[in-house]
Amino acid sequence: MIEAFQSEFMRNALFAGLLAGVACGIIGTLVVANRIVFISGGIAHAAYGGIGLAVFFRIPPLTGAVGFALATSMIMSAVTLRNKQRADTVVGVLWALGMALGIIMIDLTPGYNVDLMSYLFGSILAVPRADILMIALVDVGVLIIVGALYNSFLAMSFDEEFAMAMGVRVGVLYYILLGMIALTVITLIRIVGLVLVIALLTIPPFIAEKFCRSLKAMMVTSVFLNALFSLIGLWLSYKFNLTSGATIIMVAAAFFFASVAYERVRNHLGIRSSAFG
Amino acid sequence: MPATAIEVKDVSFFYNGHPILAKVNLTVGELDFLAIMGPNGSGKTTLFKIILGILNPAQGSVRIFGKTPREAAGLLGYVPQDTGLNKDFPISVFDVALMGRLGRTGLSRRFTSEDRELARKVLEQVGMWDFRDRQIGKLSGGQRQRVFIARALSVEPKILLMDEPTASVDAQFQTDLYSLLKELNSSITVVVVSHDVSVLSGYINSVACLNRTLFYHGSGEVTEEMLHSAYQCPVDLIAHGGVPHRVLRKHDHKDS
Repeated sequence: MIEAFQSEFMRNALFAGLLAGVACGIIGTLVVANRIVFISGGIAHAAYGGIGLAVFFRIPPLTGAVGFALATSMIMSAVTLRNKQRADTVVGVLWALGMALGIIMIDLTPGYNVDLMSYLFGSILAVPRADILMIALVDVGVLIIVGALYNSFLAMSFDEEFAMAMGVRVGVLYYILLGMIALTVITLIRIVGLVLVIALLTIPPFIAEKFCRSLKAMMVTSVFLNALFSLIGLWLSYKFNLTSGATIIMVAAAFFFASVAYERVRNHLGIRSSAFG
Repeated sequence: MPATAIEVKDVSFFYNGHPILAKVNLTVGELDFLAIMGPNGSGKTTLFKIILGILNPAQGSVRIFGKTPREAAGLLGYVPQDTGLNKDFPISVFDVALMGRLGRTGLSRRFTSEDRELARKVLEQVGMWDFRDRQIGKLSGGQRQRVFIARALSVEPKILLMDEPTASVDAQFQTDLYSLLKELNSSITVVVVSHDVSVLSGYINSVACLNRTLFYHGSGEVTEEMLHSAYQCPVDLIAHGGVPHRVLRKHDHKDS
């Protein structure tokens, strides 16, 4: 395995994967606990509109994606807070609208030569230093915000109404959470691409939830699982010459099914032993 | 004259254009023990949520000891109905009880050792201390209800609001709970939404009958008068509430 990471670009890729896994594990846990997977998918896909706009106006694509994703996440927060029943429809519309806008802006860009696929499916092997720095900044921001507001996020995630009755500003927290989702999703676009973001955001917390008794433990476990998936995925993609983003997701999916199978077996044995014991 | 704990003034609330509450007026004095009755969908839970500041009324106002519900966070303990809980949520019984301290933590939202000590005390009070490390979803409905009561008590509230607190607990705990409430009532105002008039009658000193608007509000003694007033509630209350009259009557005789 070591020889796979001897070249600089592989080391960079691993570094990017490990760093992105930190924000991804923490925010992914909040996404799964608050059941806002669909909204996160909407933000990720709508970010493509930002990439299109950035390409058209000749600014760095990820900068455009950050701005656009943040704006979309604020709109989605406002809509969801105002009308929970209609929220999924609006999110679905913004999801498609963002992608359509991105495609049209790129159509309109003369002499377009950006590799579209790299945003859809990731390009972790070509991640520049500036992006690694950005991912690290997002990590620091997420760690500070979630660290400072942990008890409020925990209360909101577990029982929103009780949290409100305790004076927690759930509305404000919701905007902050969706903003952090937007930033996290952007870092993951580099790693696995926007189409696959949701898998990396949700699979580790889903596995972790089965074994953890606190939200904090779930976050730490998810970060650890993300690192493991990046490491194994990158190594396999090197070994068999496969697209790295997709390989990382396949590794995550394999662990996902293994955890489901493990739980089934455990429950089965648990029921049997209590029945006879 | 005792202080006014809760003052609900001309409160109306609509859901998707449908009126849920219409011009509700309710005054709860300090140290009252009030039971709110009413059929399903009569707006009892909505009224609670407005008092707690979870929902904003379309019209009217709510004051808790003269403060708005938002300012009064930390004065109110709330036991919701045991529905819609994410049973997989990774949180221990102890951390749920601790959550009641959140209204008292100030801006930092950090728990102190006193908060932890209090969480321990309330869990012992409801007999759930031995389960403190258990994941909340792994409890029975009745056990979970006890934990939610502990969470509301850890607020050290001046007012305790309980939405069908005995819906999923066994008969023994039900009696224990009402004795506990009676005890707490010496220093706390208690408001309970319940169908359980028969059991409650020995404890409450006030009854309100709600069906979109307040039908009756007065003394909690089970008298013929009160029974009559209760009948003013749509028949639903008597039928749906699962309270056969003879239980009421029997209780009535015992009281008189």
